[in-house]
Amino acid sequence: MPAVSKGDGMRGLAVFISDIRNCKSKEAEIKRINKELANIRSKFKGDKALDGYSKKKYVCKLLFIFLLGHDIDFGHMEAVNLLSSNKYTEKQIGYLFISVLVNSNSELIRLINNAIKNDLSSRNPTFMCLALHCIANVGSREMAEAFASEIPRILVAGDTMDSVKQSAALCLLRLYKTSPDLVLMGEWTSRVVHLLNDQHMGVVTAAISLITCLSQKNPDEFKTCVSLAVSRLSRIVSSASTDLQDYTYYFVPAPWLSCKLLRLLQCYPPPEDGAVKGRLVECLETILNKAQEPPKSKKVQHSNAKNAILFEAISLIIHYDSEPNLLVRACNQLGQFLQHRETNLRYLALESMCTLASSEFSHEAVKTHIETVINALKTERDVSVRQRAADLLYAMCDRSNAKQIVAEMLSYLETADYSIREEMVLKVAILAEKYAVDYSWYVDTILNLIRIAGDYVSEEVWYRVIQIVINRDDVQGYAAKTVFEALQAPACHENMVKVGGYILGEFGNLIAELPFSAPCSSTFSQRPRRLSKRCCAMSWLVHLQQTVHNSDQYYVQTSEVVSPVPQATVLEEMPPFPERESSILAKLKKKKGPGAVSVTELEDGKREGGELNGGGERGPETASCVSQSTPSPSADLLGIRSVAPVGASLSSAGSLLVDVFSEAGPAAPSAAVNDDGFLRYKAVLWLSSCKVSAPPSEDPAPPLSEADELLDKFVCKNNGVLFENQLLQIGIKSEYRQNLGRMYLFYGNKTSVQFASFTTTVSCPGELQPQLNVQSKPVEPLVEGGAQIQQVLNIECITDFSEAPLLNIKFRYGGALQNLTLKLPVTINKFFQPTEMASQDFFQRWKQLSQPQQEAQKIFKASHGMDTEVIKAKLLGLGMALLDNVDPNPENYVCAGVIQTKGQQVGCLLRLEPNAQAQMYRLTLRCSKDLVSRRLCELLAQQF
Amino acid sequence: MIKAILIFNNHGKPRLSKFYEHFNEDIEQQIIRETFHLVSKRDENVCNFLEGGMLIGGSDYKLIYRHYATLYFVFCVDSSESELGILDLIQVFVETLDKCFENVCELDLIFHVDKVHHILAEMVMGGMVLETNMNEIITQVDLQNKMEKSEFFPFFSLFTDVYLSVYQAGQVDTGRYCRSTCSCRISCKEHEPPGNAQKHQHRRHKHKSAKFTFLQVATARS
Repeated sequence: MPAVSKGDGMRGLAVFISDIRNCKSKEAEIKRINKELANIRSKFKGDKALDGYSKKKYVCKLLFIFLLGHDIDFGHMEAVNLLSSNKYTEKQIGYLFISVLVNSNSELIRLINNAIKNDLSSRNPTFMCLALHCIANVGSREMAEAFASEIPRILVAGDTMDSVKQSAALCLLRLYKTSPDLVLMGEWTSRVVHLLNDQHMGVVTAAISLITCLSQKNPDEFKTCVSLAVSRLSRIVSSASTDLQDYTYYFVPAPWLSCKLLRLLQCYPPPEDGAVKGRLVECLETILNKAQEPPKSKKVQHSNAKNAILFEAISLIIHYDSEPNLLVRACNQLGQFLQHRETNLRYLALESMCTLASSEFSHEAVKTHIETVINALKTERDVSVRQRAADLLYAMCDRSNAKQIVAEMLSYLETADYSIREEMVLKVAILAEKYAVDYSWYVDTILNLIRIAGDYVSEEVWYRVIQIVINRDDVQGYAAKTVFEALQAPACHENMVKVGGYILGEFGNLIAELPFSAPCSSTFSQRPRRLSKRCCAMSWLVHLQQTVHNSDQYYVQTSEVVSPVPQATVLEEMPPFPERESSILAKLKKKKGPGAVSVTELEDGKREGGELNGGGERGPETASCVSQSTPSPSADLLGIRSVAPVGASLSSAGSLLVDVFSEAGPAAPSAAVNDDGFLRYKAVLWLSSCKVSAPPSEDPAPPLSEADELLDKFVCKNNGVLFENQLLQIGIKSEYRQNLGRMYLFYGNKTSVQFASFTTTVSCPGELQPQLNVQSKPVEPLVEGGAQIQQVLNIECITDFSEAPLLNIKFRYGGALQNLTLKLPVTINKFFQPTEMASQDFFQRWKQLSQPQQEAQKIFKASHGMDTEVIKAKLLGLGMALLDNVDPNPENYVCAGVIQTKGQQVGCLLRLEPNAQAQMYRLTLRCSKDLVSRRLCELLAQQF
Repeated sequence: MIKAILIFNNHGKPRLSKFYEHFNEDIEQQIIRETFHLVSKRDENVCNFLEGGMLIGGSDYKLIYRHYATLYFVFCVDSSESELGILDLIQVFVETLDKCFENVCELDLIFHVDKVHHILAEMVMGGMVLETNMNEIITQVDLQNKMEKSEFFPFFSLFTDVYLSVYQAGQVDTGRYCRSTCSCRISCKEHEPPGNAQKHQHRRHKHKSAKFTFLQVATARS
């Protein structure tokens, strides 16, 4: 008999659904839905009390409408009422509605909490489970406050039913994830660990998720789980396929639980206790052995389940990285999978091998599969799998096979999917640099890269090749010759021209003596005109200056282009680049692909062999000079340059380079100033070549010259005097909640004469229009002498914005028209909701927001003294939560908040690092939306 | 952690969406569309995993999906979950649905969204797996149904009559609706003449007797 009876359907619901499905157009569907919504609304509002059946039917209809993507803005109250029903079905549908259509309406949450409280204390296991489900699904902070102490008790109580225990474990996990500060460790913690021994496998399944999460955060307190997990695992692994009855899935005993146990063990180092370790190794061997046994069933589910365990076991072996024997076996097993007919297994094998490649015990073993992997890269039909193959090639690359791998990757690039080309280019560039034995190979590779996939060669890559060429005398001549030849090709990629222009500009003199260069120089000197690449033109001119001698007319042109830069500077030779972390590496790390592990590893390797990569003799000197004498990061010119342009589009590169201009502190030592001069020069070059104009100006001509300053006064406060002159005073009071705000404007007539035709208009200029909705009521046209009138504005934030709305005031004073435009102090931070979080959470989120656009940083001088209390007050006024004990440095301030707009929520994290000695601040903002970080950074920098 | 569970048909019509992290409704719809877009353009015998879209989670997240006849079952999970384990979980979910609805097909999910939610709730809670044992899940669902029946008896009998008459009326077996009926709402009208609920039940019955449910398709394929 089917578990869901066909007879209990609701006819009205079925009719409604059929109607919707029969609608001929989207419009008809919307019409039908609106009709139904109106019907339900009137039923809910009607005098007649609805019976449980009708309520259930209507709630089901609302759920269906919601699934189709329509907003449901009523029915919440009815759903809450259903919660307190005694009938199971009504309660159940009420809870369903709440979990699907959660609303952060605090009023409602309180009522829901009441219902949950009743159900939790009802001792009816079904009701308790429903309540626990609701908490786990909504998981709001209010719920955590109400139930965080109650649920551990339910979880470990001796008389709790198994099904309730399961739900309680996951419910507690959810609360711990949302509000770890509210879930206090206590006597229950040790008893939770012992749930791993529970007789009911379902309880173990639920509990293990909880324990895994708890031990990741508090490894020491939960250490005892290791031995318990090992013994449970060993019991499962050694059991026959029939022992565990229902938990046997296609002849595999408890696969899900086994995976979870192996995951839990990955939170800890190998067990120290010899007996436990022995037992675990035995388990892992058994799992590896079972993989070789003939399958007990031909069904794909059987092999899936078996291999799920196997892959987790291999992950654990890789995590321990201490058993060479097991590592090699794991590698062989994965090698078999590389040629398996199941695509899923090939994919997972490539993925696991990627981590395996970083282990010293198995690196060699992984390398034996190189041909298979290259073949996968060439022949796999599935782009996901090809991507994994490329990752693995990257991970297994070392000096011995670098040339082969780089060549294969280059040839794959010609046909690679567009989605992964950029990453491939980065990887090739990094490998070429890292394993370059002779740098002519490196130069050839990068030029090939530009030739094959020029569009995907980002600035970092071609900046880098120039840096390296500049730092290495031995390759300069070769580089100049090669680019010169490359530029003779009938069609050159723009990036090739840039690199060519640069290198020839610097080192063209090295090939000037070559016999073939003289006739060709004329070809090349035409090129800039054709491509209109000033960069190229200038570099070539510089070159001409040094080699050929008849360049008067070009010379003039040069000075026109770069008039602010002293010509002497232009013509000077580039200084070597201080060796830093390669910007390409930084970029790949930002991308944080699955190859992330190997990137870190790569970087370590790089540090050891640093001087190989072109640090040169001169490089480190410059670097140390900069770092010794200028502790302030503002002088860290190249650091900024190498990290910041990551992922930058043309325009952001522009503003970046402009940053370089502004960051140069006057106190910087001469070396740095010198650097700065060159950077300016190069910046001008790049700016012009990128066709980027100066950064966008702040505002279209501010209405009142001091309007922006007035605005800044209100960033951290809501009330005060906005404007005052001899005639008029404007005061402001405002309050904000969620994405809504209300602002009271008080216009005071300071004279004894009446203001006539007093009108005010609020407007949202330009792009602000769709972002912010400001509504105002008209004011009285007459303002008597000495009187004050009030105006209310309702503000709604639709999406994030950067401009401020304008307030225009017109009135006649003694016949003369007064016309005044101000900026209203409505700034994006007004819609903040503070968010409390613990240190770990903060840094985790901080890391998650690691894309370069998401971060905005400013370093600036303190303009108001550095009083702790004042700073704190300002940060609180900003609307974010000021978090204590988060930053390891107690001097620093750390805040978190969420900007509520109508369309979305934007999470923001802030860090303000004062440097009392230098009277400077460094302000860093990371937001889930890039424009927001920038705007907040601008706003805040004015405040301190 | 499982961040979201989505079921949609071959045309991208959502049949179930369950988010374990709160998103704005518009974003949820966008995620469903994006996921459909990503999943539907993939060939049949490529792997069942793909890196998450931009909206949901980013690089730590994967979409793990299975395609059964007219429906896609997509789980969006973070890296703490085993990929093959989740594939098994999808299979358990579908097999459970199949047992609960007796040869489940897309129409069952359409007309019994609440039931599907309740069944899912017995497996996954707050983004974590609660139970993987199918018999245990079905026992719980049975228990719920018993309680429901005892509470709704009068209505139950009334509608049983309606249903029975409909079921008995539609004994004809035509297999050709199988693929398209459930999915085409606005675009393909020919299989779906405007009708009322009764016709639907009629069609549903034909559908059932065709014995072509998405689970069977999957088993046949593997």
